[in-house]
Amino acid sequence: MTALATTPDRLLVSGDEAVALACLDAGVRLGTGYPGTPSTEILETFAQLGGKAQWAPNEKVAMEVALGAAFAGARAIVTMKHVGLNVAADVLFTAAYTGVTGGLVIVSADDPGMASSQNEQDNRHFARAAGVPMLEPADSQQAYELTGMAFALSERFSIPVILRMTTRVCHSKTIMRRVPLDKPPHDPHFERDIPARVMVPAYARPAHVRLRDKLERIAAWNEISGLNPRIEGDRSLGIVTSGVATVHVREAAPQATVLQLTVTYPLPMGLLRDFAASVDRLLVIEEGDPILEHDLRAAGIPVEGKPERFRFGELTVDRVRRILTGNQEPEPPPVRGKPPMLCEGCSHRSVFTVLRKLGCIVAGDIGCYTLAVLPPFEAMDTCVCMGASIGVGLGLRHVLPPEEAKQVVSVIGDSTFMHSGLTGLAEMVYNPPPTGHVLLILDNGTTAMTGAQEHAGTGRNLIHDPTGKVVFEEVARAMGIRHVVVLDPMADEEGMEAEIRAALESGELAVIIARRACILAAGKIRQWEKAAAEKRAAAHPASPEAN
Amino acid sequence: MSRTTNIMIAGVGGQGTVLAAKLVARAAMDAGLAVRSSETIGMAQRGGSVVSHVRVSDGPIDSPLMARGTADVLLGLEPGEAVRCLPYLRPGATVIANAHPVPPVSAALKRASYSGEAMLEYLGRTGARLVVVDGDAVCTEVGSPRVLNVALLGAALATGALGFTTAQLEAAIRESVRKKFVDMNIQALHAGARAAGAGPGAGA
Repeated sequence: MTALATTPDRLLVSGDEAVALACLDAGVRLGTGYPGTPSTEILETFAQLGGKAQWAPNEKVAMEVALGAAFAGARAIVTMKHVGLNVAADVLFTAAYTGVTGGLVIVSADDPGMASSQNEQDNRHFARAAGVPMLEPADSQQAYELTGMAFALSERFSIPVILRMTTRVCHSKTIMRRVPLDKPPHDPHFERDIPARVMVPAYARPAHVRLRDKLERIAAWNEISGLNPRIEGDRSLGIVTSGVATVHVREAAPQATVLQLTVTYPLPMGLLRDFAASVDRLLVIEEGDPILEHDLRAAGIPVEGKPERFRFGELTVDRVRRILTGNQEPEPPPVRGKPPMLCEGCSHRSVFTVLRKLGCIVAGDIGCYTLAVLPPFEAMDTCVCMGASIGVGLGLRHVLPPEEAKQVVSVIGDSTFMHSGLTGLAEMVYNPPPTGHVLLILDNGTTAMTGAQEHAGTGRNLIHDPTGKVVFEEVARAMGIRHVVVLDPMADEEGMEAEIRAALESGELAVIIARRACILAAGKIRQWEKAAAEKRAAAHPASPEAN
Repeated sequence: MSRTTNIMIAGVGGQGTVLAAKLVARAAMDAGLAVRSSETIGMAQRGGSVVSHVRVSDGPIDSPLMARGTADVLLGLEPGEAVRCLPYLRPGATVIANAHPVPPVSAALKRASYSGEAMLEYLGRTGARLVVVDGDAVCTEVGSPRVLNVALLGAALATGALGFTTAQLEAAIRESVRKKFVDMNIQALHAGARAAGAGPGAGA
C-alpha cells in the first residue's frame, strides 16, 4: 500500500484508513483482529502509520486480547468482518457485563450485498443483543471522528463500543480533515476489580443490572450528544437514516428533512419523537434489516419503512428513489459481472482437479479455494463458515453408507485452519468415523483471499518480522494423527493423486498438507522470509531458527 | 449550481482500475475539487469484474456511488466490461473502450462466442460518443502490458470529457506511482491520447 493521498489540509482516504488515522491520533496502544474484507486495511494502515497492530488466529482471540488491554487501562481496537463477530460473540456478550477501563472499540465491517462474504447478516442486531453502544459513520470524516468519539464514550461509561461500518464506507474514498481527538486519560496500569471482571454468577447478576443502567444513561446522553445531525429541509418529508444510506438519501431527496443517526444504539427516542412530530410524512431508510423501523414502532412512533425486497443487497441512490416514490415496478437486473476464478498457476487447481477425478465428496471452507465450486472444477460440495469443513466432513462420514463415506474429504486453507481448524481436528481424533477421515490442508503460506496477510503458521507477524510459528504437521501428529503427509501439489500431480487415494482407502485418520506458496504472493513471501531470516540470524547468531 | 462529473472505470481484476480511479481522484484533490470514489476490493484480484466509481465536483457530493443513467465518462479496460456498465451512462456520454476482450472462463468452456468486435459495434449503436483504443498496440509501443489503465485515461483526457489537463494528470501520476514507473506511465498517458485521435470512432 502506498502513502495516504494528502494535500496540505485534506486527505483522500477510505473509511478503513480514516479509522486507522483516528487510532493513531487517539493514542490506541494495541490493534488486533483477523483479516476479512472489508475490514482488513484498518490494521494494515495502523501498522504503516507506526501503531502496534497484530493479526490474531481468529476474532475471538483478538477480542480477548483487546479486552485484556482495555482491563489494563489502554485504548485497544479489534477489527473484523461481520461474520467475525459471530466468532467473537462469546467475548462480546460478557465483556458488556465486565465493562472496561481503557477504551475498547470493536469494528464490525458488514458486507450488505455480499461483495465478498458468505452471508449479509446485519450486525446492528449484536448491539441490541449484547447491550453495547453502536456508532455508524457514513463517510471517512465521520469514520475518523466517530472512532475518536467511540474511545471517549467507552471510557466514560466503561463499556465496549461497536463501530459498525459497511463495505461502501470501508472502501469508498472521501475527503477528510484531521481534528483534535481526546487522548487517553491515563497510562496503562493494573487496578484490581474482582467483582467487575470475574463473571461468576454472584458477580455477573449485579453486572447485568449495571449494564442496563449504563444503557439508560447512554440513551439519555445520546439525546444531547450532538452526534445525530438534523439536516433541515422541506417539512413535508422527514427521513430517519444512518450509515451510508444517509448519503444516498441526501442525493435522492435533497429537499427532505433528514435525521442522521450516528449513535444507533441506544437510540435517542426523545429526539426521534420530536423529529417525528416536526414532519408530515416520516420514513425510515436503512440498509439491511428493518431494525430502526421496528425500534421506532415499538416506541409507539408511527413510521413508514421499506418494502421487504429492499432488505436484500445494498441500497443505492436508485433504490432509495424507488422506496421514496413507492415504485412497485421490478428493479432492473443488477449489472452482472464476470465471476472471479482460481488464478492461472494457482496450486489449488491441481488439488481440485484430482479431487474431481477421484469423485470425492468435498466438505469445503472459506478462502480462495472456495472458487473451486465454479467451473471447470465444480469440486466443492459444502461451504458454510470458517473451519466448518472438518466438522461437516465428519458428520457426513458418520451417517453416509460406507461406500459414500469413504469418498468424503475435508479441505481447509492454512489461515482458516489456524482460525478454526484446531478444534475440528480434535473432534476428528476424539470421534473418528468408522471409515476414518481425510483432512487436506491447502497451505499456500498466506491468508490469500484477503490480500496476503500473515498468520500464526507463517512464522512472521503482521509487519512481516520473524516470530513463533505453528507447524501444521507437528500439530497434527501431536494431536494424535498417525498418517500425516506433506507434499507439493504442483511438483507431482500423479503422486498427489496416489497419496489421496491411499489415504481414502486406508480407513484411518489422515492429514495431507499440500504446501506451495500462493502464486500471487510467492514473490512477496520470498522477500519477507529473506528479511525475516536475516533478523533471526542477527538476533540469535548461534541458532538462526530460534524465535 | 455545482457541476459534477461521474467517471466509471470498468475492467477485470489485474487491469489496474483501482490505480486509474486513484489518479483521477488525485487530480481532483490537487485542483481543489470535491471527490468521492468507490471500488470493488476483495474478489478483485481473482480475474473477476471490477468497477470503480469516481465522482468529481466543484460543489458537495453525497453518495460515493453514481446512479444509473448518470455516468459522463466510461472507461472500459475490457469491451465486455464496458457493455455491462451501459445502464449507468447518461445520454451522450463518452465511452473509451479497449478493443481487446478478455473472455471469461465460462465462455471458453461453453465455446460461447465472446467477440470484441460485436461488443464494440454494440457500444457504437448506443448513441454514446465512442472512442476505441487499440490497447495492445499502445502497450507494445510503451513496452509494458501494465499501462492499459493509464493509456485509456490518456484517451479520455484527449476527448476533453474528464475535465482535466494533461499537466494535472501528469502531476497526479508523479504523486501516486512508484518513482521508477513514473516515466512509463506518463508515456502511456500520451500514447493513449494519440491513439484516441487515430482510433476508429474518434471525434464523433
